[in-house]
Amino acid sequence: MTGDPLFLDGVDLADIGIMAAKVLIAFTFLLVATMFMVWFERKLISDMQNRIGPNVAGPWGLLQTFADGVKFFFKEDLRPENADPLVFRLAPYIAAVTAFLSFAVVPIGGSFDGDSSGTVTIFGRETYLQVADPPIGILLLLAMSSIAVYGVMLAGWASGSKYPLIGSVRASAQAISYEAALGMATVVVVILAGTLSTHGIVAAQSGGITRWFVVSSGIVPFIVFLIAATAELNRPPFDLVEAEQELVGGFHTEYSSIRFALFFLAEFMNVITMSAIMVTLFFGGPAGPILFGMTWFWPTIWFLLKVLAFLFVFVWFRATLPRLRYDQLMHLGWKLLIPLILFWLMFISLKELRAAHDWNWFATYGAAFVALAIGTSLLLAGLRAGDRAFQDELEEA
Amino acid sequence: MVDTVVFIVAAAICLTGALGVILARNPVHSALMLVMTLFGIAVQFVAQEAHFLAAVQVIVYAGAIVVLFLFVIMLLGVDRAQNLELSVLPVQKWAALVFAGGSCAVLALLVIVVKEPVTGAEAMGGSATGDENVRLLARSLFSDYVYAFELTSLLLVIAVIGAVVLARKPKNMSDVVTEEGSEA
Repeated sequence: MTGDPLFLDGVDLADIGIMAAKVLIAFTFLLVATMFMVWFERKLISDMQNRIGPNVAGPWGLLQTFADGVKFFFKEDLRPENADPLVFRLAPYIAAVTAFLSFAVVPIGGSFDGDSSGTVTIFGRETYLQVADPPIGILLLLAMSSIAVYGVMLAGWASGSKYPLIGSVRASAQAISYEAALGMATVVVVILAGTLSTHGIVAAQSGGITRWFVVSSGIVPFIVFLIAATAELNRPPFDLVEAEQELVGGFHTEYSSIRFALFFLAEFMNVITMSAIMVTLFFGGPAGPILFGMTWFWPTIWFLLKVLAFLFVFVWFRATLPRLRYDQLMHLGWKLLIPLILFWLMFISLKELRAAHDWNWFATYGAAFVALAIGTSLLLAGLRAGDRAFQDELEEA
Repeated sequence: MVDTVVFIVAAAICLTGALGVILARNPVHSALMLVMTLFGIAVQFVAQEAHFLAAVQVIVYAGAIVVLFLFVIMLLGVDRAQNLELSVLPVQKWAALVFAGGSCAVLALLVIVVKEPVTGAEAMGGSATGDENVRLLARSLFSDYVYAFELTSLLLVIAVIGAVVLARKPKNMSDVVTEEGSEA
């Protein structure tokens, strides 16, 4: 892994031009995709609920989001009297900037089959079809999602109002709880790929569906990642952060005009980025058959189709699943997902170690099984004791 | 040239943040200034090609620990500018001054006196890719420093258990509380 071949022979003006073009394209793509995503979600969910949905602005209501955006610009920008002026203004930008940055590491095209190793040639220069391939790779996503918590948390606090504060405290507790599961599911993929770089992770999955990490890691890490990602995104059924019935609008209750639009934008952008990350980590990124002509064109199409499938899944969740109660949310995160992914992480590590050191099959897995049995019974005993104490407390109260 | 500029900018960010932590009247602003310092340090790590450390710095310190600070500040409702005159011990200010001056003196002395490596540990050289970073770090952490590492994790477990024990209401205590409640 040497990073983007664009910079191998020094940096000249053309390199900078290509880089600027990549940034611009990614930025525009995200904005347009967000616009489309809002329309897609509203239209799809109205189909699922037997309604018509937006149908006035433009053909099939396609321009509805655009109209909403224009409306946001012209609304009055309110700031509550108790608000902390500086932090109140800072929070929406934290949310929006982190949402943009995490998309930078996603490879959105390029064929990884055979010798081509994901490079495309633009104006006689080889480069990756991703904005950046930093040495920390996928860790950038985790860093950005942990910084994004600040946007929500500070927004709720700086509003100087009750409901936003409750919403933001919920949000940060939820984000921190599920970040652990999200991170460990990512680590499973990193162990299998042997690299942190997103480009390397996609390259490690080239060569057929069985090489995709959704298959070769066992389905478990993917499922844990999907659930944890839904919780990180504050999407239904984990949208306690903005539970309308309890919290008015959650952390952004006091926001209006373009500041609210930034939160709204960040939320939908994060949905798209998370879908793209899932495609990258588990579904081979832009991998797919090249059908005819234009070889550089097909991987991007496959990538977009896979992302679209995940966007559909997120909307489907929202239409299908009722919101969890707060204790159920914490129960699922801490008592189910984290032990499960921790076990899977150790199992995958053991499997890789055994293969690397050529250990005896029966001895390795026998020892692992004994350790698993002891661990599980201890864990179950602990959980049962906790439940019993909780029940006792309920009865006493 | 570029290295120097990066160092100066990042160091300035660190120092501004550090000053902000102690000078800001509002605890939430202090916490945010701490985040700024942590980001400055992350930039310094990147400049030293310790990419993994930089990422961990942001994920763990900025992403988890300061968020917990904020959490406590918000939940305890101390997020107002505090009147510092009320809760000060008589000699506190002078003691703080002495300790701060002493720390500065020790640091300055270290910079002046120490000319050679102190621990004798070799610097971890390697190629600048993130993967090599992780590999080197893991190797030294789980071989040379494995006891320190395991003891630290033990310490953290003890801290967690202690926190749980302290946070739990003991049974007889809750009885006392309910009895008092029924009397009232």
